[in-house]
Amino acid sequence: MIKGDKILDGKWILSGGKIYDPFKEKYIKGNILISDGKFDKIVNENYTDEDVNFLDCKGKIITHPFIDLHAHFREPGREDKETIESGCLSALYGGYTTICLMPNTEPPIDTPELIKFIIDKSKDYPVDILPIGAITKGQSGKELTEIGLMVKEGAIAISDDGIPVEDSRIMRYALEYSKMFGIPVINHAEDVFLRSGTVMNESAASTKLGLPGSPPITESIMVSRDLMINKYVKSRMHVPHISSKESVELVRNYRETSEEVTAEVTPHHIYFNDESLSTFNSNLKVAPPIRSEEDRRALIDGLADGTIDCIATDHAPHNIEEKESDFMHSSCGMIGLETAFSSSYTALSKEKIPIEKIISFFTLGPSKVMNIKKEFLSPGKKVEVVMIDLDKEWEVTTDDFKSKSRNSGFIGHKLKSRVTSTIYGKDCFINK
Amino acid sequence: MLSNKHFISLKDTPKQDIMKLIETGLSFREVLERPVKKVPTLSGKNILNLFFENSTRTKMSFELAEKRLSADVTNFSASSSSLNKGETFRDTVQNIQVMKIDCIVMRHPSPGSSLQLTNFVDSIIVNAGDGCHEHPTQAMLDVMSLYEKFETFKNLKVAIIGDILHSRVALSNIYALKTLGVEVTLCGPPHLIPVGIKDLGVYVNYNVDEVLEWADAINVLRIQRERMGIGLIPSVREYREVFGITNKRIENLKKEIVIMHPGPINRGVELDGDIADSDNSIILNQVLNGVAMRMSILYHLLSEGDTIND
Repeated sequence: MIKGDKILDGKWILSGGKIYDPFKEKYIKGNILISDGKFDKIVNENYTDEDVNFLDCKGKIITHPFIDLHAHFREPGREDKETIESGCLSALYGGYTTICLMPNTEPPIDTPELIKFIIDKSKDYPVDILPIGAITKGQSGKELTEIGLMVKEGAIAISDDGIPVEDSRIMRYALEYSKMFGIPVINHAEDVFLRSGTVMNESAASTKLGLPGSPPITESIMVSRDLMINKYVKSRMHVPHISSKESVELVRNYRETSEEVTAEVTPHHIYFNDESLSTFNSNLKVAPPIRSEEDRRALIDGLADGTIDCIATDHAPHNIEEKESDFMHSSCGMIGLETAFSSSYTALSKEKIPIEKIISFFTLGPSKVMNIKKEFLSPGKKVEVVMIDLDKEWEVTTDDFKSKSRNSGFIGHKLKSRVTSTIYGKDCFINK
Repeated sequence: MLSNKHFISLKDTPKQDIMKLIETGLSFREVLERPVKKVPTLSGKNILNLFFENSTRTKMSFELAEKRLSADVTNFSASSSSLNKGETFRDTVQNIQVMKIDCIVMRHPSPGSSLQLTNFVDSIIVNAGDGCHEHPTQAMLDVMSLYEKFETFKNLKVAIIGDILHSRVALSNIYALKTLGVEVTLCGPPHLIPVGIKDLGVYVNYNVDEVLEWADAINVLRIQRERMGIGLIPSVREYREVFGITNKRIENLKKEIVIMHPGPINRGVELDGDIADSDNSIILNQVLNGVAMRMSILYHLLSEGDTIND
């Protein structure tokens, strides 16, 4: 069971915060009144009642909690790295209450029964878990899964994430077949031959480190292929963890004539560049790799002009043994839920991207990509809010995580802004 | 004193450190010419040669250097495959740490592993080759051999010829030579010249005859036979034709050129046997200087303050 640090029984007023509705894209004047974990109404600043409690939110932004389109919780199979429960905790302390889970568990989520397993397993947690089913059986790239039955059980999209769909014919069938279910197909876009044996971006940085690198075209070649197939079969695709300038340009050009493609970027791809790997920090070994400064800037431009819809974490827990192996052998991926907002805000506020837009990358943006119906503060429903202190600076340490894993590239970094608490119903989760 | 506690990379090693190491290296060269080639400098210090990858020459060179400095030497060899599964790198080295080792000389197939080792243990670390990253002691013996031959680095032009991409020797040499103000040209198949290498201030030329005309000395890299058959090098005869340092090429040169090779040589592939054995070649000096340079490095890291003859 997951319990909040504070239980908001009875009547509570969230007082003094700045309330922002990211779905209607407007500020709301007044204070939020909660009754027994349900949103009651907006009241004015002077409102009081004899049995009401106050939660001081002065100086904070209060908005809808975040939606992550891309997380790995490792259950079933690698519960030593993360379980659905520990992942949910990590999400709540990072400001999230909606998480789309990637299917590359052991076994992979490739049947309606396994979709149901994820939904049943997570139904008591104060986080909406939306499973993504595999594109192919066993993520082997050979045979389509029972997409229709998985959607019926609650699959929100399909992806073989981690493993690119190499066979163009399978990719065509996946896009074409899934059209009738109205779900996006998410392909991990990396050419498997160009990425074979590589551990970072190929550039002057990889040359200096003597590490084998894959060039940015490793991604854009496959994004280009997928876009061509998508155009041909008129389906709906979503580009995950976009990492290169060329890929952003491809998506931008495609979107000029079509609404059928969306894209996400991770916080680490907009925060770091490949020079950050100069200390051989294996927590920065991710797939696709962190690319050059030019690519990083192109990703931020892509967010700013709407080419990229949202920020998704690619939260990928690995145990310390796997990460403390040497750089060549260490696993790919870093955790991200608990640092996503702060690291993104640190990178994007520097580029003068307004806070409302940054919030939309975590709320409105992802809700549109996956067609997740969300409303901010609907009367009589469980209250769902996150509070953010934009002025707070904090240094990330290994003790800051609720995740079972500690493989964060942000450890030791000073980040701007902090999610101070997340409320879902009566449960209030507070970052101390 | 050297500017760093460890000897891991030549990327930021200052010129004064390099010159100091060369001077001490040349003094040890004299020691190696004596009837008794041993000095008590590192008596009581223990050094572990930790080799996760096969090596005969580098390991022997280090072992001789250590023994001639009177250090206590322990050898540990593990196949790199044993690293992939089971015991982690950290566990392996922390086991070693508790045994109180003063200095670890490590060869490891993964780039960055020597630097990573400094996070796990307190010992002084010497990088004896970390994957395709660096091989700083090799580059130091190379620059020492050049200095011995030319007596200066001024106006010197050095070419490195071969598979630059997979060469730790090339990268360490580039760092050391650029720090010393030497002009460097890289020559090899274009897909074996790493991306962005010109950022390090080197020239690239694919025409080996032009490069030979230009250079005062060439460092010929070994072509790893395992690179063949995966599309990187089509065949021995094609490589020899395009990049091989052949008798004919050297005969056609109208000047002297110094030949270096880090060994082991594929005679008749990257370098013809007659050239390797010719008066132009300083390949065997490199081997001897290897011992002297490694003595110099270990001396400076482990026994600063004492004099060599103590």
